[in-house]
Amino acid sequence: MSKLGIIINGLIKENPTFVLLLGMCPTLGTTSSAINGMSMGLATMAVLICSNFVISCIKNLIPDKVHIPCYIVVIAGFVTVVQLLIKAYAPDVDAKLGLFIPLIVVNCVVLGRAESFAAKNGPVDSICDGVGIGLGFTVALTLIGLCRELLGAGTAFDLRLFPEQFGALTFVLAPGAFITLGFLVAIFNKVTKK
Amino acid sequence: MAKLENSLVNMVASLTAITVVVGGLLGFVNSVTMEPIAQAAADKQQAAILAVVPGENVTVSEPWETTAPNGTPAVVYEVSSNGQLLGKAVKAISKNGFGGNIVVMIGFDPEGNILGYNVLDCSNETPGLGAKMPDWFQEGGKGNVIKMNPGKNKVTVKQDGGEVDAITAATISSRAFTDAIAQAWAVISGNSDAATSATQQQ
Amino acid sequence: MLNVSLSPHVHSGNSTQKCMGQVLVGLSLALLWSFWQFGLGAVVVTVSSVAFCVLFEFLITRFLMNEKTRLDDLSAVVTGVLLAFNVPSNLPIWIIAIGALVAIGVGKMAFGGIGANIFNPALVGRVFLLIAYPVQMTTWPVEAGYADVATGATPLALFKMGNYEALPDALDMLIGQTGGAMGEISALALLIGGIYMLVRKTITWHIPVAVLVSAFVFAFAFYGCPKLALMQLLSGGMILGAFFMATDYVSSPMNSRGQLLYGVMIGFLTIVIRRFGAYPEGMSFAILIMNAFTPLINKYVKPQRFGVAKK
Repeated sequence: MSKLGIIINGLIKENPTFVLLLGMCPTLGTTSSAINGMSMGLATMAVLICSNFVISCIKNLIPDKVHIPCYIVVIAGFVTVVQLLIKAYAPDVDAKLGLFIPLIVVNCVVLGRAESFAAKNGPVDSICDGVGIGLGFTVALTLIGLCRELLGAGTAFDLRLFPEQFGALTFVLAPGAFITLGFLVAIFNKVTKK
Repeated sequence: MAKLENSLVNMVASLTAITVVVGGLLGFVNSVTMEPIAQAAADKQQAAILAVVPGENVTVSEPWETTAPNGTPAVVYEVSSNGQLLGKAVKAISKNGFGGNIVVMIGFDPEGNILGYNVLDCSNETPGLGAKMPDWFQEGGKGNVIKMNPGKNKVTVKQDGGEVDAITAATISSRAFTDAIAQAWAVISGNSDAATSATQQQ
Repeated sequence: MLNVSLSPHVHSGNSTQKCMGQVLVGLSLALLWSFWQFGLGAVVVTVSSVAFCVLFEFLITRFLMNEKTRLDDLSAVVTGVLLAFNVPSNLPIWIIAIGALVAIGVGKMAFGGIGANIFNPALVGRVFLLIAYPVQMTTWPVEAGYADVATGATPLALFKMGNYEALPDALDMLIGQTGGAMGEISALALLIGGIYMLVRKTITWHIPVAVLVSAFVFAFAFYGCPKLALMQLLSGGMILGAFFMATDYVSSPMNSRGQLLYGVMIGFLTIVIRRFGAYPEGMSFAILIMNAFTPLINKYVKPQRFGVAKK
């Protein structure tokens, strides 16, 4: 597969949110607005690219029996780095995403790609996969956040499109996340399965 | 390069190596970010206080911790500018929220007029109803409490004979909000009667 | 393994249309009472709710699912009336349209249309609106008219504030001279409608009786006073829910033991939500929660199969 093919694959055919349905916790928990969803997607993407690259480099130095603990230590390390950086240089993002940043450690997307891609492919391909899957995750989270923000508060990326009193508050709250995700998965599959 | 065998030595060695490397990396990043993080936390605290007692060139005193008449802890910060007292910021809790406690930071000037408020926690109030309190009681909001003085005005909701417009369809949350103000006022004025009577009206 | 087909199970001489017709007759007395009590507002809300439900049912089956439309089974009409019963009589029409779209589109059609829906569609619409537009959904008119009518606290809101002295007379609550959602206020009219449905065998006694008895017992346990417990039964959507919403064929358990368990749990959850929850009314949440448990109840509470020895 070409480098571009790997990226496109992660973005559409194996889209982590709409096709693989992985990493549902941050998907449902952080997408109350488009910007929140995008920040979460980018944070995950940063971890994913780094962990994919490192794991792909060290895959032959790790005995099979201890590969999961080793991968988790690598992933947790990068997550903590990202968390510290966000806390230090983007406190607003930290206030909004809060607990969900450390939770990237247990995001199935990251460990899943380490297991199913980085452990079998070279470092450059693994970076491409990290970019593709990361972009797919970011685009999906931004899209869900956009729908929820638009229907729930009448804004898109904090830009007011219609008066707030018409917004259905349900979409900003947890039930709206499930409803939006369900309909977006249905639409995504309808469009791509043709 | 072939994969390493599953021997005990290899497993221990690889795990140790990875943890040492990752530990070293984290130590380095932590040392770099420690100062900005502490700075961000201090800025946040400062911003929360300055939002309720605005001013320029201010210094905030060490927090003074005490207990409000309703038994909850309250924290008072004195804000002064060039040695002159601008006002006091009080963090007070009301236990009468719709679904539990609400936490409000309220600023008073030396005469007792309310300079501003900042709702720190109203997560147990109903979204769209009681959870509107961060904006509702601000200047320009429908239930403006800014510039009121608990020593002179009746800072309770109109349903209880006060001067504050309650949030539409959320009288209980509004009462809890005015109760938090009463608690804060009691702490700095030393007069607990006001808070007690506000609590008794529940 | 039993091969369980989806309800409604059509028996000879009994069609979905006929059942739904009987439900509508059962609801009619309470509907007339709300017209009397709330005047123009009740008429506007009911007509628009039914119209929007039927319209969305038609549009979705015809153009999105490309199926033959089945408007003649009256189920969309029943959903429309039940949705109207659960909202204040001064609700703006655009909110009713959104409620109808969610009830039919999300509550019913997304699961595959009549017989396949897990949740009661009218309640899905109602709960969606309650969370989406809490201000409009909780300002209850206390007099007739549509726009700019006087509003007041419902008995349940008074319960929530702990203001027991201000509660209206039990007789007023029975007849329905209090503020509240359109179709919920008159317990008497709903009871008569419910008994009509029991007599016509549209529903069985198990669910309503289980809901009401368990709600009374738990209300007594939590409030410690039989009078307050009785008031709990007469207030809010308790009677409407017990007779008309919890008994929805599609989303309630199939056999009588399962129905009893389901009813008891609805009564329990309603009182727990009313007493400890963030919202004053818990009936719709309780029914939706137990709707989700219905497949599980159907799986574990099975009638003794004929010819199988007891272990």
